[in-house]
Amino acid sequence: MACVNADGTLSASGRAILGAVEQPATPEQVAAATGLPLFRVRSGLRELVAAGLVSEDGLLFAAASRAP
Amino acid sequence: MTATEQEPVGVGLPRLGEPAPAFEAVTTQGTVRLSDFEGSWLVLFSHPADFTPVCTTEFMAFAEIYPKLQERHTELLGLSIDSVYSHIAWVRNIEEKTGVKIPFPVIADLDRKVATAYGMLMPGESKTETSRCVFVIDPRGVLRAMIYYPLTTGRNMDEILRLVDALQMADANQVATPANWRPGDKVIIPTPPTVEVAAERMSDDFARKTEGFERVDWYLCKKSVAPA
Repeated sequence: MACVNADGTLSASGRAILGAVEQPATPEQVAAATGLPLFRVRSGLRELVAAGLVSEDGLLFAAASRAP
Repeated sequence: MTATEQEPVGVGLPRLGEPAPAFEAVTTQGTVRLSDFEGSWLVLFSHPADFTPVCTTEFMAFAEIYPKLQERHTELLGLSIDSVYSHIAWVRNIEEKTGVKIPFPVIADLDRKVATAYGMLMPGESKTETSRCVFVIDPRGVLRAMIYYPLTTGRNMDEILRLVDALQMADANQVATPANWRPGDKVIIPTPPTVEVAAERMSDDFARKTEGFERVDWYLCKKSVAPA
């Protein structure tokens, strides 16, 4: 896991991606905001969605408490 | 000979011009899918094994060209039949011993699913190691080029960059590139498909209108294209 550690805490890239979706954002916007490559953002968002920390609505992703 | 002996695992090859085999794989940077790279070019390459000498020189060389690939909107993804922990230990060792940081992810293909899908296993060379393969995949996920090198021979990074440049030039300008082409060199105008177009290609008017026009005959004409 690159974003969510086994103990449930977030890695640095996980925290960066989660911080970038405080407002609903596309993966491209998250990549621009974090400086991470787009493939890592897509992979990381998938992980955060699976962990219930991010929700997905079409092209937009948002921190779970701020669902788009 | 049994059917199994006739069809050893891992000898099937993907085909150029067709969608690259999809995968989801564990890497040193998390679980990635081929579709995660959609929209950018991807150079997927395999190496025989971690902690081996030729592979170490190749990884350092791939790390060196990574920024140049990124300038070309191209990502890099390695693979071998080793565990992710072996990969982590190896890339950390490379950095510790040489100062070279490996910035790209490396697939831990322990179940050989990706290696088999891409024909990276050459049983005549090794039944346990992937050969030195390179696959260039375009932003639509189509396999555009393949290079296969044997275990003994490290790859040429200049050629990989040149190949990416040539593919991107061909796509952007609907041209082909001649032998030993380098960015800035003239490119080949596609061969005329009809007698009419061949005659046009031989005309002075076509020569006047075409930047840097160079004609050997109707089927071999070059022109200049401004660099991207």
